[in-house]
Amino acid sequence: METCNDLCITRRDLLIVGATSAAVVANGADAAQPASPAPAAPSPPPASVVTFRVNGQSHRLELDNRTTLLDALREHLHLFGTKKGCDHGQCGACTVICDGRRINACLTLAVMHEGGAVTTIEGLGQPERLHPMQAAFVRHDGYQCGYCTPGQICSAVAVLDEIKAGVPSHVSPDLAGRPLLSAEELRERMSGNLCRCGAYSNIIEAITEVAAKAAA
Amino acid sequence: MKAFTFERAASVAAASAQAARLPGAKFIAGGTNLLDLMKLEVEAPSHLIDINSLGLDRIEPVSDGGLRIGALVRNTDLAAHMRVRRDYGVLARALLAGASGQLRNKATTAGNLLQRTRCPYFYDTHQACNKRQPGSGCSALTGASRSLAVVGGSDQCIATHPSDMAVAMRLLDATVETQRSDGGHRRIPIADFHRLPGSTPSIESTLEPGELITAVTLPPPIGGKHFYRKVRDRASYAFALVSVAAIVQRDGRGRIALGGVAPKPWRSEAAEADLQAGARSVTAKLLADAHPTADNAFKLHLAERTLDAVLAEARS
Repeated sequence: METCNDLCITRRDLLIVGATSAAVVANGADAAQPASPAPAAPSPPPASVVTFRVNGQSHRLELDNRTTLLDALREHLHLFGTKKGCDHGQCGACTVICDGRRINACLTLAVMHEGGAVTTIEGLGQPERLHPMQAAFVRHDGYQCGYCTPGQICSAVAVLDEIKAGVPSHVSPDLAGRPLLSAEELRERMSGNLCRCGAYSNIIEAITEVAAKAAA
Repeated sequence: MKAFTFERAASVAAASAQAARLPGAKFIAGGTNLLDLMKLEVEAPSHLIDINSLGLDRIEPVSDGGLRIGALVRNTDLAAHMRVRRDYGVLARALLAGASGQLRNKATTAGNLLQRTRCPYFYDTHQACNKRQPGSGCSALTGASRSLAVVGGSDQCIATHPSDMAVAMRLLDATVETQRSDGGHRRIPIADFHRLPGSTPSIESTLEPGELITAVTLPPPIGGKHFYRKVRDRASYAFALVSVAAIVQRDGRGRIALGGVAPKPWRSEAAEADLQAGARSVTAKLLADAHPTADNAFKLHLAERTLDAVLAEARS
């Protein structure tokens, strides 16, 4: 990924280069007509400075206020594990763990996370030392194309924490009791993560295995 | 998304005054609904006031035996709170029936009350919508209206209020506490909080410019069996076609509110007085003024049958 940071030209970079060339051409035309005033430079969009930790590392970014946490992670910090699916909070592909809770990174502004701590799939594990949930997804074939998988895994890790903390769900039969670690509970709690390949049954098996090992 | 300026609010009073001073300003808390709409340019605030650090995230008992819920208490925390689970089960159930785990972790109590309709014509900026663009017309009236309101709408708008939580709040007779931009405070009964569309569908609540919700207060618990039964197109993570919030006492009396059928949580104290007579009697009164479309007339039957199922469960 470090190599990519140096060499890759993103679509955004390409657009910026394109816009600069266009401005040079326009200025050249102006230079031929000294009587016309210099065109006013468009004011840059309002930006803010935000400092937060991502996977244990502190980052200080100056961002266009419109930048979602998802775009900050992907476009500015080049953490491409977190995926953009629908960009409207409907699919869960962008799920990250923020201050200990799973959220849709597409539906929150980066500048709203001053002082926050974000964990992405890269922070959960790496190829050489997988998080137990990642290893279980591999073992149980909990994916096909893999696009939803980082979000599924971040969500699943947080789901087990929520059950451990006693947070009830829509299918918990007794609000006063502790939630069970049943497949029905896991399905309900994972409903914010869609998988269009339909790996749902294997995903539930993977989560069940991790939960069982944690309880053992 | 249109560009906007951004600030982190320093105090409740300052946030309210600032929002009143800047006409294009909006508060942002969870942001899950507002940002979605900003991406589509259905909403285009020129300034956002981030209120997340104002400390309005506590749940505390009130001296009369009720519960005061800070405006910024997240849906997850409210549903998981032991007092809510024990004394206001209908509220916990309604919250847990809504959205996804990720969204409930962000969504706030006040934001949930203020969320906008999911009417497809409100979301599609190429369509006429009096709520989004006053005076432009309503594409829903002659369009796909299966999910829309059967009662409480007008010839200007038949959008439904999407919240589950608000239906439970209405059932519990909650009170909305606010900070006004002039420094004063208000307590608004939840029954008066949401407005029907009439000729001004774009005005959805009785909040004034800059007025900020600080808390929602629940009266002392009233006992009884609590139910929130939601009927939707899939088993989880979908808006209600019809929902029934109910508290049923041992003698068969109780309270009923409906979600998914109207521009606001739909409750009538006169209708629920008939609860002992059965579901048909209650829904006949509750939905007496209904004007369904051909697409959504099924909701009238669905409401009655869902209530019937709830009452059967209450008796068991």
